[in-house]
Amino acid sequence: MTPIGWNNPRVRSFVYQASVLAAVIAIVWFFAATAQENLQRLNISSGFGFLDNTAGFGIIQTLIPYSEQASYGRAFLVGLLNTLVVAVIGIVFATLFGFLIGVLRLSNNWLIAKLAAAYVEVMRNIPLLLHLFFWYFAVLRPLPGPSESLEPLPGVLLNNRGLILPAPVFDAGAVAFFTAVAAAVAAGIFLVVWARRRQRATGKRFPAWRCAAALVVLLPALTWFIAGAPFHLDFAVATAFDYSGGMRLLPEFVALVLGLTLYTAAFIGEIVRAGIQSVGKGQREAAASLGLREGTTLRLVIIPQALRLIIPPLTSQILNLTKNSSLAVAIAYPDLVAVFSGTVLNQTGQAIEVIAITMAVYLTLSLITSLAMNWYNARIALKER
Amino acid sequence: MKNPLVALIAGILIGAGGLYFFLPYDPLTLGGGAAQVSSGAAGDGAERASAGETLRRVRNRGFVQCGVSQGLPGFSSPDERGNWSGIDVDFCRALAAAIFGDPAKVRFRPLSAKDRFTALQSGEIDILSRNTTWTMSRDTQLGFDFIGVTYYDGQSFMVRKAAGIKSARDLAGGTICTETGTTTELNLADYFRSRGLSYKVLSFEKNEEALVAYDRGRCDAYTTDASGLYAQRLKLTDADANMVLDDVISKEPLGPAVRQGDPQWEDIARWTLNALLNAEELGITSDNVDEMLESGNPRVRRLLGREGAYGEAVGLRPDWAAYAIRAVGNYGQMFERNVGTETPLGIKRGLNALWSDGGVQYAPPVR
Ligand SMILES: N[C@@H](CCC(=O)N[C@@H](CS)C(=O)NCC(=O)O)C(=O)O
Repeated sequence: MTPIGWNNPRVRSFVYQASVLAAVIAIVWFFAATAQENLQRLNISSGFGFLDNTAGFGIIQTLIPYSEQASYGRAFLVGLLNTLVVAVIGIVFATLFGFLIGVLRLSNNWLIAKLAAAYVEVMRNIPLLLHLFFWYFAVLRPLPGPSESLEPLPGVLLNNRGLILPAPVFDAGAVAFFTAVAAAVAAGIFLVVWARRRQRATGKRFPAWRCAAALVVLLPALTWFIAGAPFHLDFAVATAFDYSGGMRLLPEFVALVLGLTLYTAAFIGEIVRAGIQSVGKGQREAAASLGLREGTTLRLVIIPQALRLIIPPLTSQILNLTKNSSLAVAIAYPDLVAVFSGTVLNQTGQAIEVIAITMAVYLTLSLITSLAMNWYNARIALKER
Repeated sequence: MKNPLVALIAGILIGAGGLYFFLPYDPLTLGGGAAQVSSGAAGDGAERASAGETLRRVRNRGFVQCGVSQGLPGFSSPDERGNWSGIDVDFCRALAAAIFGDPAKVRFRPLSAKDRFTALQSGEIDILSRNTTWTMSRDTQLGFDFIGVTYYDGQSFMVRKAAGIKSARDLAGGTICTETGTTTELNLADYFRSRGLSYKVLSFEKNEEALVAYDRGRCDAYTTDASGLYAQRLKLTDADANMVLDDVISKEPLGPAVRQGDPQWEDIARWTLNALLNAEELGITSDNVDEMLESGNPRVRRLLGREGAYGEAVGLRPDWAAYAIRAVGNYGQMFERNVGTETPLGIKRGLNALWSDGGVQYAPPVR
């Protein structure tokens, strides 16, 4: 017979947990209500209605259509996308480069190993803000003004306003082309998966990679010609000071990605090194005695085992990079913090709402990243058989 | 207890109910409740900004906490030893002198354009004296009151002489550097949008970087208040290769702001500024203020506290204005010392001359 009422440990634990939750909710409520009351007393506007008001300011990099007449809500989206694009590109580069640094630090070549070590020590001991200023002004310094633009390739211009490329403009038949690309990639992936399953089940081999590659190249190429090359290039044209049209990579963007990548790669390098060194020497020797080559040993034996130790700290570096991208405003890159908790906050004065939204965004980004990385980590975790 | 959900909900209700009793007001009827609190708050509320509260706090603390810029020559900028100078700084000194009889009883808090309003709202500073434009939204939506205009300004552009730009219109298609969180950002958009011209804007958090970016040729122009342009130009590697355009694209009345809700503090700040302006009109300077105490002119006598009880009415000593004038001089002296033609900025009085000299500086009388 289970004890009744308070004597039942489960009842007790429910009551405790419920009370804690209730207290948390009540505290949050209390603060929200107090803030609301204070704002009203001080005559400070509050509420989220401002998101529909006209923004009235310009933004230099917009991945979605935006003009001064757009709303603050739209400006928020522009800033969010600018943050995401920097974060994603930064994460990819920092991870690749970090792995390279980590592996090089363990190189048998004394000079390479020491250079990698020096890189790590120098990069991670300089504050990120200085990295950004350094790279920003280092990127700007050698570049000429728009009137003396470098033209490394026809239609490609390089000056201190950015790297200007011809922009692809898609015509009517482009839909068919993109459908073909998507279909070819999907079919290619399916083919590879299928071939691997079959090989595991029956031992029969199939040149899946080669077939998939052929598919991905040939199918789109075919549609391309059938649809009659459904796109053209929009070349930049010179204006009084600058160029208009084309696609543009801003120096601010390049400096931010550079700074974030080089800084974070130093940390990732150390994580990778620690991960690799944690794999027992015996594994390496066993692989060698099976006749595996150095590269193959690394790829098939060491890295898969090291990954289990690398992923959790790597996750926090990825989160750091995303959060660090909020230093962008120092070099005028219009990320979420610059546009939303900078300009919008200042024009509306609604600090609490704006900061709450910004915090919610970073929290969401962090949670999504953590979930994805945890999922991956669980997948590669050691499976006891 | 089979169902954890029941326990959870019961717990939440009990917890919330318990807390509800301790709330000072009814959170469910916020709008009405808040209005009630602010009108009936005479008795309680040490933290409420009611009449006289700010002055009392400043007196207890022993100094005025004054929000200024991070370094804008002529308005508020520190030298190598950390001594501040400028019109905005002097205004705070005059305020401290009026309150304490001592212009040194003030501390300056450097603020970026982005952080200045939050600093005032949160009570970190008592007064914001930081080349801040008086606009309707700032006056009505941020919970502030502007107390007057210390400097009538307007937005303009700085360009390289070699670029051959004669007016702001010529900047169409160009890139313009500025500081984030300013009226400047919006005026710029208005100017180009209303003319159907395109432009690109780079908004920096601090004006140092904005200026370096302009200096390195990243932007075709640097824009802010004209006064700021004259000051910033001096920091460029080759100041003479740059010029400020004649175009003025906006009205930028710069003035100090205080938190709403303490009319006495607002009055003290407003009348300190008015006293400096009236002093110039009446010919009272920091040098002759002591002789002027004996003047027979009733307007002078009222301003300097020899007649009437004007200082007492705002909680200050009768000769509050005499202290303010002794500390920083009259408005004209303050202007000439900080930004006038004898200074590196070399700005003429222009709009900032007294109304009687063809400007628009006009202070209501002390009476
Ligand atoms: N008057 C404008 C602009 C004021 C402003 O912040 N200007 C900048 C550019 S000159 C400045 O003073 N910066 C000095 C600093 O950041 O310390 C406003 O109130 O929004």
